[in-house]
Amino acid sequence: MAPRGRRTLTPAPTRMLPPSPASPPLVDLPLLDVHAHFHTPASNRSDWQRYNDARLEAGDRIGVRCHVASVLGSWGATSPTYFTSPRDQSAANRWMLDFADQHGPRVRAYVAVNPNFTAHALAEITRGVADGAVGIKLAAGRKADDALLDDIAAAAAEHDLPVLQHVWQHRQREWPGQDASDAVELARLAARHPRTRFLLAHIGGGGDYAHTFPAMQPFPNLVCDLSGSGIDRGMLDAALGGVGARRLLWAADLTLCTALTKWRALAHTGADAEALADIAWRNAVRLFPAGTFDAVLGDVRPPREDA
Amino acid sequence: MTSGTPGDPKPSPTAPIDVTAWVGSYPFREVPHPEPATLVQVLAREGLGGAWVGSLPGAFHRDPLPANRTLYQALAPHRAWLHPVPIVRPDWPHWERQLAEAVTEGAPAVSVHPTRWGLGDGHAAVDDLAHACGEAGVVIHCPVRFEDLRQRHRLDSAGDVSAAFLRRLVRGAEGRAGVVVAGAGRELIEEVWWGLTLAEQQRVWFDFHWVWGPPEDHFAHLVETVGPGRLAWSSWWPLRLVQQAGALVDLLPVAARRRLAAEPLADGRSIQAATQARRGVPSAG
Repeated sequence: MAPRGRRTLTPAPTRMLPPSPASPPLVDLPLLDVHAHFHTPASNRSDWQRYNDARLEAGDRIGVRCHVASVLGSWGATSPTYFTSPRDQSAANRWMLDFADQHGPRVRAYVAVNPNFTAHALAEITRGVADGAVGIKLAAGRKADDALLDDIAAAAAEHDLPVLQHVWQHRQREWPGQDASDAVELARLAARHPRTRFLLAHIGGGGDYAHTFPAMQPFPNLVCDLSGSGIDRGMLDAALGGVGARRLLWAADLTLCTALTKWRALAHTGADAEALADIAWRNAVRLFPAGTFDAVLGDVRPPREDA
Repeated sequence: MTSGTPGDPKPSPTAPIDVTAWVGSYPFREVPHPEPATLVQVLAREGLGGAWVGSLPGAFHRDPLPANRTLYQALAPHRAWLHPVPIVRPDWPHWERQLAEAVTEGAPAVSVHPTRWGLGDGHAAVDDLAHACGEAGVVIHCPVRFEDLRQRHRLDSAGDVSAAFLRRLVRGAEGRAGVVVAGAGRELIEEVWWGLTLAEQQRVWFDFHWVWGPPEDHFAHLVETVGPGRLAWSSWWPLRLVQQAGALVDLLPVAARRRLAAEPLADGRSIQAATQARRGVPSAG
């Protein structure tokens, strides 16, 4: 990635980890984790650096080539995780972009925004793009089908960035702490913005995933990630049957253990080698801006351009 | 009780025995291939040496007797691999006969579902069951949940088993009954573990399938604090992906992996042996 203008930086972790593990990775295909998070000194936890190191170390052990990550404000310390204040979110984005800078191609950054503050969100996106952000993260500050998200979706298309949207699978009621959306609501946004690519978050992250796949199906600009702590048997089969391997992206979110489990289980779903490569990395290459992962995928052939 | 079907592979005598599996359907969603023959193939594929197997539909019935009969029949062709864990409901008339039948059938454990039966933390029947299981050398297996709270069907309103119930269960029975807690996360495990005396801690095990690995590293923390010998292998078939326990172990940090090399994780075999060895021995706790 080209050098960027320097920003006012939050101090970065002092303990840098080796770029590659001593032993071969557990997964023999390159993996791109398109739903990752890191913590910062502003997070409400004293072990933020241990957490970040653990994520990178476990990623190395599994075979993750790149973590595409976001920071949601102060993670609740000074404003709520899913309703971040503009000040907290700006600081979080600055930290995340700097962290990605320090780790080179091993970490890429989403710019996270709270759509309730549209002007701030658009300015963050512009600044994030200039500083190397490769996607936009929308958490749960506003329902996905709200008109407030239209300007953000349009900006994503303008900058050629995908939008990762936090989703509660089949949200039948409101849940505390978030203004969560489900696939039907995100699909409405996807229908209004056919040029924008949307990544529906964590089918294992809570709620009923069986409702998600038929809701996604008619909208080709809507794909989903497999992350989340949920590891129901039948989830992967339903995803493959519901939207197909070309619309599924491997990811971890908060639990790398369940991500490894899902990867291992995929081999027993009947998915062939092409489908596994799509899920592991090729769909991510198609979703993110051209060249995002070139530096970590030099040893594998690029996906076909008929994607 | 070691018969097997000609089609079943031979179980390894040293491979871990899974302590949490079921056969049969689940009332709130489709679970693929919940039949015993498939479970045997999966256990062999994943390097496990057998499984403690309960009746999944029976957990939702009022009277567990018919489900237990079905369970014994379903597992009979696969007994080299699949060890029955019948349900014993201690507030049901003549529940002692169900426990006696479990012993006759060679069951290593019996299963309880207190929240689905409306049995509170201090229900006397729970103490009676714990005492009887201690006398019989049978482990009590207690799943605290079947699904994540966030995805439960509206009719699945029983709620999770509480730490208070589990502490009471372990403390009871005059110190002889072994208890396996299935489906707990770090918080519940610690709330039980640190609420027990050293002697009481020696009769509880935790199936670690629901504990989080990195980057939170709850599993590594529990390996360090609770110890590998209290954490048991499980598959959670047919509800969850069976690869999870292995993934958690594979992702342990180096220090925790070294600890495992010196002290193995628990499994059905080691738990059954410990419980039987304690049979008839008064508690020091």
